[in-house]
Amino acid sequence: MTAGPTTAAAPPATARTPAERRPLQRRRSGRFIAGAAGGVADHLGVNVLWVRAVLVALLLLNGTGLVAYALLWIFIRQEPTESGRVMERNERQQALGLMALAVAVGLAGAALDNSVVSWIAGPLGVTAVGAAVVWQEADQSQRRRWAAGARSGVLAGGRPWLRVLSGAVFVAAGIAVFLIGNLELGQVQFAVLAVVATLVGVAVITVPWWLRLVRDLGEERRQRIIEAERAEIAAHLHDSVLQTLALIQRQSDQPREVQRLARGQERELRSWLYGPAGYGRASMSEPGKAAGLAEAVTTAAAEVEDTYAIDVRPVVVGDHPLDDDLRAVVLAAREAMVNAAKHAGVAEISVYVEVEEGEAHVFVRDRGVGFDPGAVSADRHGLADSVHARMERHGGTVRLRSAPGEGTEVHLSMPIDGAGGTTAERPVQEEAGT
Amino acid sequence: MTETTEPTGAPTGPIRVFLVDDHGLFRSGVRAELDRGVPDVQVVGEAGSVDEAVAAIRHIKPDVVLLDVHMPDGGGAEVLRRLRPELPDVVFLALSVSDAAEDVIAVIRAGARGYITKTISGRDLADAVRRVHGGDAVFSPRLAGFVLDVFSDRPGAAPPGDPDLDMLTRRERDVLRLLARGYAYKEIAGELFISVKTVETHVSSVLRKTQLSNRYELSRWASDRRLV
Repeated sequence: MTAGPTTAAAPPATARTPAERRPLQRRRSGRFIAGAAGGVADHLGVNVLWVRAVLVALLLLNGTGLVAYALLWIFIRQEPTESGRVMERNERQQALGLMALAVAVGLAGAALDNSVVSWIAGPLGVTAVGAAVVWQEADQSQRRRWAAGARSGVLAGGRPWLRVLSGAVFVAAGIAVFLIGNLELGQVQFAVLAVVATLVGVAVITVPWWLRLVRDLGEERRQRIIEAERAEIAAHLHDSVLQTLALIQRQSDQPREVQRLARGQERELRSWLYGPAGYGRASMSEPGKAAGLAEAVTTAAAEVEDTYAIDVRPVVVGDHPLDDDLRAVVLAAREAMVNAAKHAGVAEISVYVEVEEGEAHVFVRDRGVGFDPGAVSADRHGLADSVHARMERHGGTVRLRSAPGEGTEVHLSMPIDGAGGTTAERPVQEEAGT
Repeated sequence: MTETTEPTGAPTGPIRVFLVDDHGLFRSGVRAELDRGVPDVQVVGEAGSVDEAVAAIRHIKPDVVLLDVHMPDGGGAEVLRRLRPELPDVVFLALSVSDAAEDVIAVIRAGARGYITKTISGRDLADAVRRVHGGDAVFSPRLAGFVLDVFSDRPGAAPPGDPDLDMLTRRERDVLRLLARGYAYKEIAGELFISVKTVETHVSSVLRKTQLSNRYELSRWASDRRLV
C-alpha cells in the first residue's frame, strides 16, 4: 500500500500488479544454453543481451558469473510450455560472441595465473562443462516427459545415456584432476578425499533429478489436497443444494413453498460460504467461544424468515458472548420480527445489531402499515409482554416508533457487563434481574 | 485525463448503462427490468466476460457500468483495474450475490462508487443508478455494516495512522448506522435534521475513506484479492 494518493476519487494506484510481471522461469524456446539468462530478462523486462553481458562481466570477479548461471539453472524451473519464441540470427551471434568472450576471459585469467580463474578454466572448468551436459540432458528429458504426459522420466534411447555418461566422465575427470593437481596428501587422506570427491561428483550430476523429485512430491501433495477439497464441496452441494432443487421441482405449483425453500437454501449456503454473520470470517469473536449475540440474532432472523416466508436481512456490527441479559434481547428481537412479519404487511424486514462498548443495540424495522402505539388493543400482548416486560426485567430499554402508514421500528438496548451505567433515558432496572 | 467527447453527465437524455455479468439470465433480467418502466435509464450494452467488457466499455463509453463482482478471470475488480485509469468519467456500481467482506471491499477499493446486492428491486436499482450517475455513493445496508465494523475502535487495535482517512466523524457514523438499519437517504435526512444533499456528502466521504484508508482489515481484504 502506498500512502494515499491525493485525488479524492482515485483508488490506490493499481496499474502495475504483480500478475503482469512474468514469473521467473527459464525459457524453453529461443535459449542459448539453458534459457536462464532469457528467463531473468523476461522477468525483469530487460533485453536479454544485458543479462548475458552482466553474467560475462561477473566472470571477471573470480568467476562469479559462472556460479551465478549454475545456480539460476538449478533453482529456476523451466517454463512448462513452449512459447514459440524464436532466437534471431543476430541475437544468436551476440550470444556466441559473449560466450567466446567468456572463454577468452577464462583463459586469459588462467594465463595470468590468477589462482581462482585458473581453477575455472582448468579442471573445474572441465567439471562445469560436464555438469552442463548432464543438466541439459535432464532438461530435455523433462520436456519429453511433459510431451509424453505421465510417462516416466526414464531416459529413452541410446543417445541421452551417452550424453549423461560423457558428462559424468567430464565431471569425474575434472574433480580428479583438480584434486591431484592441488593437493599432496597421505594415502589415508587420499582415500577419504576420493570418497568425498565421488560423492560430490554424484551430487553434481544428479542435481536435476533431486530437484525434480522434490518438486513432483510437492505437486502431488497439492493435487491430493485439491482433490480432497473438491470431494468435500461436492458432498456438501449434493446434500444441500441438489436436494433443495429437487424439492423445488416437485413443489413448483406452490410459489410460497418454493420461495421458502429457496430462501432457506440461500441462507444455508451463505453461512457455509461466509460464516454465520456473513462476514467471510470464521467468527466475529475468537474461535471456540460460545455463540454470540450476532449469531443468535441471525439464527432468530432465519427462523422468522422460514416461518413467515418473509425476507429478514440482518446486518451485524460487533459481537458479544451471550449472557442471560443478551438472551432476553434475542428473544425480544425475535418477537419484534414476528410482529412485523405478521402485522406490517411487507416482504422485507431490516434487522441491525450493534455492540458498542458497554451497550448492545438491536433495531428491527419494517416499512409496513405501522400503527398508533398509544392505541394498541389489549389482546395484542406480543409487544407488551414479550418485548417491553422482558427487556425491563433485564435492565434494558425498548423504544418504539411507529405511526399509521409509516412503518415500525423497535429499538432494543441492553447494557453489557463491565459498564452498566450507560443505559439510556428510561433505565427501568430490577436488581435481581436474572 | 482522457478526453471523452460523449455527453457525460448531461441532464438531458437517458442514463446509458452497461451490464457486466457472466450469467446471461441475470443480464436479460436486469435489462428487462430497466427497459420496462424506467424511461431515464437505457441499457446500451452488455458483456459476459472481463475481456469482452473491457473492450466494449472502451468503445461505448457508457455513463454507468453495473459490474458483477464474481466472474472468471478476475471479476469486477479486474475490469475496474484495467479501465479506471483511462476512463475516469465512467461510473462503476458493483452488483453481487456475494456477502463476503473481501469481495465487497475489494471492488470498492478498486474504485466502484457503490455496492448493491442482486436481490435489489428494479425500482431501487434504477434509483441506485441515478444516484451514482449524479456523483453520489450507494451503500447497501450490509456494506454500511462492514464499513462501521472496520472503522470501529476495538480495544487493543492499533491507533489510526492518518485520522483524516482512518477515522469516521460522528456524523458519518450516524449516517452509516441509519443506512445499516435500512433507512433511505431521505429518511436519514429527516431523522438527523439535515438535507439529503448533506447525507450524500457524508456517504461520499465515507466511500473515499473506505477506498483510501490504511486500516488493517481494508488493506488485508484488498490484498487478499491482490489489489494493492
